[in-house]
Amino acid sequence: MTSFSQASMLLAQQGGQEVVGTGETLAFWVFGPLALAGGLGMIFVRNAVHSALWLVLTMLCLGVLYLLQSAPFLGFTQIIVYTGAVMMLFLFVLMMAGRDSADSMVEVLRGQRLLAALFGVGFAALLVGVLAPSLVSVPAEAPPNPYDPATGGGAGGLGRLIFTEFLFAFELTAALLIVAALAGIVLAYRDRREGPKRSQRELVEARFRGEYKRRSPAPGPGVFATGNSVATPALLPDGSIAPESLSELIESTNTARLIAEHERVLGAGDSHDDARALLGGESEQEGERT
Amino acid sequence: MIASSWLLVAFPALGALILLAGGRRTDAWGHLLGCATVLASFAYGLALFFTSNGEPEDVTLYSWLPAGDLQVDIGLRIDALSLVFVLLITGVGSLIHIYAIGYMSEDSDRRRFFGYFNLFVAAMLVLVLGDNFVSLYLGWEGVGLASYLLIGWYQWKPSAATAAKKAFIMNRVGDVGLALAIFLMWKNIGSVSYDDVFAGIGDVEPGVSLAIGLLLLLGACGKSGQFPLQAWLPDAMEGPTPVSALIHAATMVTAGVYLIARSAPIYNANPDAQLAVVIIGAITLLLGAIIGCAYDDIKKVLAYSTVSQIGYMMLAVGLGPFGYALGIMHLLTHGFFKAGLFLGAGSVMHGMNDEVDMRKFGGLWRKMPITFATFGIGYLALIGFPFSAGYFSKDAIIAAAFGQEETWRAWLFGGAAVLGAGLTAFYMTRLMLMTFFGKRRWTEITSEDGREFHPHESPPVMTVPMILLAIGSAGAGAFFVFNHQLAEWLTPSLGKLQEAEHGVISHSVVPFVVVGISALGVLLAWLFVGRQETPVERPEASAVVRAARNDLYGNTLNETLVARPGVWLSRALVYVDNKGVDGFVNGLAALLGGSSGRLRRLQTGFVRSYALSMLAGSFLLMGLLLMVRFA
Amino acid sequence: MTPTYYLLLAALLFAVGAVGVLVRRNAIVVFMCIELMLNSVNLTLVTFARVSGELDGQVMAFFVMVVAAAEVVVGLAIIMAIFRARRSASVDDTNLLKY
Repeated sequence: MTSFSQASMLLAQQGGQEVVGTGETLAFWVFGPLALAGGLGMIFVRNAVHSALWLVLTMLCLGVLYLLQSAPFLGFTQIIVYTGAVMMLFLFVLMMAGRDSADSMVEVLRGQRLLAALFGVGFAALLVGVLAPSLVSVPAEAPPNPYDPATGGGAGGLGRLIFTEFLFAFELTAALLIVAALAGIVLAYRDRREGPKRSQRELVEARFRGEYKRRSPAPGPGVFATGNSVATPALLPDGSIAPESLSELIESTNTARLIAEHERVLGAGDSHDDARALLGGESEQEGERT
Repeated sequence: MIASSWLLVAFPALGALILLAGGRRTDAWGHLLGCATVLASFAYGLALFFTSNGEPEDVTLYSWLPAGDLQVDIGLRIDALSLVFVLLITGVGSLIHIYAIGYMSEDSDRRRFFGYFNLFVAAMLVLVLGDNFVSLYLGWEGVGLASYLLIGWYQWKPSAATAAKKAFIMNRVGDVGLALAIFLMWKNIGSVSYDDVFAGIGDVEPGVSLAIGLLLLLGACGKSGQFPLQAWLPDAMEGPTPVSALIHAATMVTAGVYLIARSAPIYNANPDAQLAVVIIGAITLLLGAIIGCAYDDIKKVLAYSTVSQIGYMMLAVGLGPFGYALGIMHLLTHGFFKAGLFLGAGSVMHGMNDEVDMRKFGGLWRKMPITFATFGIGYLALIGFPFSAGYFSKDAIIAAAFGQEETWRAWLFGGAAVLGAGLTAFYMTRLMLMTFFGKRRWTEITSEDGREFHPHESPPVMTVPMILLAIGSAGAGAFFVFNHQLAEWLTPSLGKLQEAEHGVISHSVVPFVVVGISALGVLLAWLFVGRQETPVERPEASAVVRAARNDLYGNTLNETLVARPGVWLSRALVYVDNKGVDGFVNGLAALLGGSSGRLRRLQTGFVRSYALSMLAGSFLLMGLLLMVRFA
Repeated sequence: MTPTYYLLLAALLFAVGAVGVLVRRNAIVVFMCIELMLNSVNLTLVTFARVSGELDGQVMAFFVMVVAAAEVVVGLAIIMAIFRARRSASVDDTNLLKY
């Protein structure tokens, strides 16, 4: 605690700077390590549900820490919303989907755990090293009084900021929430009517019984088509247009062009600008040999 | 007249361009165009010769390399020396071109042959007509290229391809010497043109001028096939006979002698360089003569004879003002008779199914009378029969050798030259006896492809040039010596030909000594070869003969000193490349592959391990930030 | 003690939550560890609000709570849907996207 007395004396000498009070100090030294223990517990326990519960512990401790730092609104939001809703959601999903799959202790990737520990510790050491010089020397201004709605923190102060300065961000996050809700519904929707996957024979029988709109797949452009775009309707073998191939969403090719192309396909009309002109001898009758 | 003397080069160059670029379309008249261009150059050269008095006149065509302080122009120097060379190249060249029409008549690529031939003539003319050393180097390289193309004419024969490569590479060794000499000239004198260099050579340090002289000698050895770079010349006989005649007898191999003669002021400034030239000449003339005694291949004997005779020319130009003109005179006479001898050999081969082994010849004088006659005249000229061309030129050189100031030099080099003359007589007589006289050994055997031998005389297109060359072999010497015409003509280029007052053997005695030794050689040849039957299969022989058959181990020396270490070096470098460079690169790739294989395993697929890496990453980031913040 | 001790506690809780995410296999427990991390952040915000005398930190903490609630709803709905489909709630099931 020498650093503490050093710090407090230092701060006191600088005059007027508030040192962290004893109550806060005590609360920090209780809930801080507890939060850390919760984090460590979360990553070390095997059972996923236990993991979630350790995380709940961490979050509750963090909520208290927010309260300590004159952020009551945030602290309660953390406890009520984050822990109470989000973590509960986690637990629901765990119960449904991940409860039985306990992680086996055998690590598939060689060296993953070692390297993860190494880098994790290194990362932490780096951050601690950066923060270390400032552990004694950061002066704190007086935190805003959370219960003064005009100037202070708390719900009133936060609300003032949100609805004036950060209004656009607020609106965006509102839209985000709506989208997220929709996404959740859509992604998790399970069609009650779905039974087991049907085999091909069953599907064919179901089709011919009339359970689906058509008995065969919708016709594509086909052999007699004059183009391969979706807008070009397919031709039936006798030269007429298949009605099912007309798309309801987009316009088909216009009639004038279709008529010209049909005549070319049927061989009617006097068009000598295609390959037929290169045939020698009787060209018109060649297709009629049996 | 002189201003248009670039036409001398332009005619054959144009011919080469048309024939090589024209392709098969020019096949019908290509050979005629090839001869016409060289004849045109010859005519122009004659005109220049008759209108000139030998004084140097320079024609600058254009500025070629203006690079800072270095200024090299393409220019021509028309003076006595270059004019005699022009006449030799184009005159003998046009005769050989006409001969080649007949010799290559069965070759479907005859047009391309004439294209290369014209290319050669153009390059050689550039070599002798240039007015600076770089121009000479340009022609030097050009004749090297043409020589390579023509030696390797029978491309499908591996021996021909190898011989062409060997010629080019050994030439290259000499070219390095020439290039270094040019560099030294520029560094120390500041210019590469003849006038500037010759004027400034006196001011150069003795060590540098000695170096320049020796490097020029190295270049000359490479191109002229002197020791130690003589091994390519005999192998160059793989090319068709007109090639051997023109390039490797009359013209290209004389480029080295031209170089030294042209660089006379450089050698006059440094007696040690002259001594080196003389030594090389003496060694080579003996080397060629010894080896020539042992070969059975008619063309190879003539090739070694060429090596030996150029040794004589080198000996002559190495004697300084006492011998420049003599070397050139021997060069000109040698051009006549050696070309004639090669054309004769080609005629013999033509009639004997392209066979070159003299052991399969014999008694051909009746079957090929014109060939025999022209060959015989060339033979007499070569051995120095009194009053033939060779007699005048070779004896003059030997007399000058004996006339040197220091007696040891006179005895040594003069004696070597006399010995060489005797050996020359020996091997040439042996060649004549084996080929034209004696029993007709070809009646009982067949040639390599199974055909029988039916020796016949060659068509006129081949015999007429041979006759003309024989006339030159007979009379050229007398013509040159008459009133010292040649020496007087060459004075503006080479300086006055000096004659020694006293020699260890006086001037008048030397001819008798030489003729006597030559007669001794002829006699020995008749005793050993003429009187006994020549076996068709080559018999085992004494150590000396075996050594001579092996080129006096010249090739072995090259191989051991140069080729093998080169191959080891290549192997070592290949090893370094494979293990070192490739190893590094492949190792890098393997490293990447391996590390990526390891890194892959980070991707385990488990979300939790990814979360771990996220935690680790954030830890690191925070650590870094803090370090930066608090550092 | 000074208010910084709260920050210390919050830092430790955050580290604990992070390790928990890495180590636990049940999806719902992992979710709970995430909630723990959110709570520690809330504590930090409230502490700073207290230290500075302004209310902004508390407002932020309030919004964090709202969003956390929405997130829990959606997350749990998803986990339930997955559970119904495959009868298991382990995060190690999704391991196919690997080397």
